[in-house]
Amino acid sequence: MSADSTPSKETANPGVDGTELIRFDKVTKRFGSNTVLDSLDFTVSSGKHVTLIGPSGSGKTTILRLLMTLLKPDEGTIKVGGEYLMHEEKGGKLVPAGEKHIREVRKNIGMVFQQFNLFPNMKVLRNITEAPVHVLGLDKDAAEERARELLDLVGLTEHLDKYPTQLSGGQQQRVAIARALAMRPQVLLLDEVTSALDPELVAGVLDVLRDIAHTTDITMLCVTHEMNFARDISDDVLMFDAGRVIESGSPEKIFTEPEHERTREFLSAVL
Amino acid sequence: MNNWSWSYVGEIMPDLLKGLWITVQATIYGSLVAFALGLVWALALRSPSRWVTWPVSIVVEFIRNTPLLVQLFFLFFVLPAWGLTFAPLTTGVIGLGLHYSTYTAEVYRAGIDGVPPGQWEAATALSLPRRRTWTAVILPQAFRRVVPALGNYVIAMFKDTPLLAGITVADMLFQANSISATTFDYLEPITVVGILFVVISYPTSLLLRALERRLVR
Ligand SMILES: Nc1ncnc2c1ncn2[C@@H]1O[C@H](COP(=O)(O)OP(=O)(O)OP(=O)(O)O)[C@@H](O)[C@H]1O
Ligand SMILES: [Mg+2]
Repeated sequence: MSADSTPSKETANPGVDGTELIRFDKVTKRFGSNTVLDSLDFTVSSGKHVTLIGPSGSGKTTILRLLMTLLKPDEGTIKVGGEYLMHEEKGGKLVPAGEKHIREVRKNIGMVFQQFNLFPNMKVLRNITEAPVHVLGLDKDAAEERARELLDLVGLTEHLDKYPTQLSGGQQQRVAIARALAMRPQVLLLDEVTSALDPELVAGVLDVLRDIAHTTDITMLCVTHEMNFARDISDDVLMFDAGRVIESGSPEKIFTEPEHERTREFLSAVL
Repeated sequence: MNNWSWSYVGEIMPDLLKGLWITVQATIYGSLVAFALGLVWALALRSPSRWVTWPVSIVVEFIRNTPLLVQLFFLFFVLPAWGLTFAPLTTGVIGLGLHYSTYTAEVYRAGIDGVPPGQWEAATALSLPRRRTWTAVILPQAFRRVVPALGNYVIAMFKDTPLLAGITVADMLFQANSISATTFDYLEPITVVGILFVVISYPTSLLLRALERRLVR
């Protein structure tokens, strides 16, 4: 087998020590002639919960997808935990990174998708154990124990033997959260994770996320239209417009006394 | 005009059933070859390297666009001249499998393309190794989608097996033909062959439809 399946030591959680965990440095992303992110700079400190807000098309999803390596930046660099995400230094020069390097850095990042994207051919338990076994090299028992703990956390212990399609959307999304956490990532990316759910199922998922935000020291990067939730969990709110951060600060500041006209407009439209 | 004779049918039945068994074997082994080889083509055609996709797509298009009978003749009459000789049934299985693999390749392609992009993204987000993504996530889901179409090709292949008589495989048609060549009585052998084909392929297609309903929940 490839090096992928050999046990790799898990990254020690650095805790909430305020060191810089994510850095975007002059990141530009274009789709054809549409420049979505224009020389974007921003940093996120370890353990912080950061919410990205902004109008539709402002590039929030693009930022999360760049971090998850589902997209490649056209210019600029992204660092996670001090390591370049998509680049490697070779002979003092920065070159596009190989698959192996990207994989190593990416292990620190987990993502929950709007559409859950659970593996429909696997039962709930295996959805959660699949990556810990085949990426981190955990043995089956250890992975299952970890999965059971996480299912307990998201309140789905009795459903571990079901297929995703046998669950409600809210339950599926909670499984997806458990699946992401099973990799013990330092960063959790959440892209509108409740917007595909029936309204009555939203609260359950948000409660789980609140719980995680308050009881773990995981760093969160969150795109949401649930402003109350954002206010509850965020340390920082970044307001995006046209691929730039136009304003940032504590939720109290952004939600109650925004400085920028665009922020005021946006908030009055969504609140 | 000769009249239908049941006693004649009884006499020829053992030989025809022997032929049927050969026909069924050719179909089963031919299908297995087509399933496996088609997957190889489908995966090769997704290779990032043009040095792989070009030759493979030329070969696949070539095989798909020439008649099966011509291919069978080539395998049976031309290859031995190059020192490659196989038993007739083996040649038939290779021919059927090779020919139909170009169709199953297309079926797999559609099945793989039908797996939602979100599945690839989830696999990437979990850093699943490429191999594992294919074997544990993509192919199992693609398989579900391709079963009905693959089944239809099995039935089509089954109905193409009489072509093997052309390369001396003792299938049903071959048996019927050799019986008739001595008795000069074609009515019963050929009719029974036709009926045996229906008796096998119709229930099979019903079975397939039931399977399809189960898989596409
Ligand atoms: N794969 C793609 N191909 C082409 N254009 C894209 C692609 N993905 C995003 N875009 C464009 O990039 C811009 C930013 O998209 P993005 O999804 O990041 O916005 P967003 O802030 O998440 O918006 P929303 O609130 O609607 O989710 C949009 O103009 C969108 O049309
Ligand atoms: Mg978005």
